[in-house]
Amino acid sequence: MSAANSAHSVVEPGAASKRIAATLVILYAVITLVPLVWIFLTSIKSPPDSISYPPKILFTPSLEGYCNLFTTRTRQTPEYIAALPEPDGICDAVTRKRNMVIAGPSNFLPRFANSLIIAFGSTFLAVGLGTLAAYGFSRFKVPLADDLLFFILSTRMMPPIAVAIPIYLMYRQLGLSDTAIGMMLLYTAVNVSLAVWLLKGFIDEIPREYEEAAMIDGYSRLQAFRKVVLPQATTGIAATAIFCLIFAWNEYAFASLLTSGSAQTAPPFIPTIIGEGGQDWPAVAAGTTIFLVPILVFTILLRKQLLRGITFGAVRK
Amino acid sequence: MTTSDHTYADKAAEAAVRATPEPVARRLRSLSDKAIAWLFIAPTIVLLLAINIFPLFWAVYLSFTNYRANRPNAVVQNVGLGNYSRVLNDPDIWASMQTTAHFVFWTILLQTVIGFGLAYLIDRKFRGHAFWTTLILIPMMLSPAVVGNFWRFLYEPQIGLFAYAVSFLTGIPTSEIQMLGNVHLAPWAIIIVDTWMWTPYVMLICLAGLRSIPDYIYEAAEVDRASNWRQFWSITVPMALPFIMLAVLFRGIENFKMFDMVNLLTGGGPGSTTEVASIALKRDAFEAWATGRSSAFAIVLFVAVFGLANIYVKALNRVKQR
Repeated sequence: MSAANSAHSVVEPGAASKRIAATLVILYAVITLVPLVWIFLTSIKSPPDSISYPPKILFTPSLEGYCNLFTTRTRQTPEYIAALPEPDGICDAVTRKRNMVIAGPSNFLPRFANSLIIAFGSTFLAVGLGTLAAYGFSRFKVPLADDLLFFILSTRMMPPIAVAIPIYLMYRQLGLSDTAIGMMLLYTAVNVSLAVWLLKGFIDEIPREYEEAAMIDGYSRLQAFRKVVLPQATTGIAATAIFCLIFAWNEYAFASLLTSGSAQTAPPFIPTIIGEGGQDWPAVAAGTTIFLVPILVFTILLRKQLLRGITFGAVRK
Repeated sequence: MTTSDHTYADKAAEAAVRATPEPVARRLRSLSDKAIAWLFIAPTIVLLLAINIFPLFWAVYLSFTNYRANRPNAVVQNVGLGNYSRVLNDPDIWASMQTTAHFVFWTILLQTVIGFGLAYLIDRKFRGHAFWTTLILIPMMLSPAVVGNFWRFLYEPQIGLFAYAVSFLTGIPTSEIQMLGNVHLAPWAIIIVDTWMWTPYVMLICLAGLRSIPDYIYEAAEVDRASNWRQFWSITVPMALPFIMLAVLFRGIENFKMFDMVNLLTGGGPGSTTEVASIALKRDAFEAWATGRSSAFAIVLFVAVFGLANIYVKALNRVKQR
């Protein structure tokens, strides 16, 4: 590309304008990343360091935030602690320095596991249903296809709280309140609209001739779908799956209203992590860091498909 | 993993075909296209009917009653349009609509200006622009709830990084930078986080718009000796406009529904200065348990967002056809 747009091109920006543009963009990028860097730095600070003023940039790293994230602790007298046997592991030692002992595991791991189960389960269902429906809309004359597709999209316009009121009542009747299955179904319903729209775009791009050739060779329609279309659509399906996964992973409104205990996911749980005397910020930051890292990886993997995903396939580039 | 799964599934399918009596197998293999189309589409439609449309109709029904979810055994009475007239005449609900409107207006204005500006700069194609673009995109993929929650820490007046940075630059004492506790600052605290998070979204769509403008148009303008300023306003902006409008549509719908970030940052406070519609609805439905009235409110909100979005899409299509 750069070779084609040689310096003689009238539309190629000049060196000075490029330099100014680069400076401003890099400045924006650095400022915008400060909060994220701060999350990570806070997660490896000790609680006193995290709330010191002025904010500390240089400090001795500590694992206390991560220890506090995974454990619950109780306060003990120094005499009691001195009488205990040698500490078992780093967290034990860190906790005892604060005159506390580890009482047991915290709820973070089960909440994190809920997030994983619900996000992966709903993604699997949404992409499965979405692939079938997208193929149906892409390849066959479906009566009222445009209306149905618009209906599918419009389900996404409802404010989550408005949907949550009747869902809350319905789930209470069906015994689905605060269950992973209930949340999975709900997220599947929200995600399937995205999946249908994105996958229809991807499948539209696969030439029909491939299937037709396969069907002339004796494949049935279903075989052609499975052995010709699906392998061709792998990239699209993977990208769609990641978008669904990210939505379900990040979702908060439904989770905070419809789950409270056994099916609670990480987003409503993380803000409730408190220590003695208020929010335990290093522990919150530790939970936030662990929660965000997978998304960070996926964003970088997805960067080429990002535009398509966030516009429901409206902009394909 | 996939290859072994495939062969296994294939074998199972073959075995199933062999085990099926001949007429059934033939029927399976020769399913008409129409049948396949419905077979493929029906599950999605059924799911949406069950989880989206049925509850919506239920909400419509409830909106005409005085039902309260915390008293499931009380007698449910039909109150006609009473809930709707109460919702539409309630000054608190109108105040929440106004708060939502301010929030949507300012976030969209800021995000469009900054996002388009960034896209324009990135389109100068300086060295390394792809790398920096990816970095800029990170905030919008993260969970608004989990990251928004952390902003509470950044906003802490005594210990937070935000207050420190503002005080460092301006000399205003940190104790006066009560971003979440001050009635004048709290709406801006939310606008700042939303803008931080979603400007990349607008930027990405605008960038696609800028890249869709073919070079020859600029070359022709150059031949006609149009100034850069003139080129920007007569070529760049009009040709990127459908994309900008699309970004505004998506952000508008999302921010009209805004719940998670506000709920975590201020919970609608201080007082009710940041009580956007979703927060007011949540309080009515899940704290006051006025299920009937809040259902009416929810329907009003849904009709509003749906109606506005439809009008907007018509305008967008007109701009596209120009």
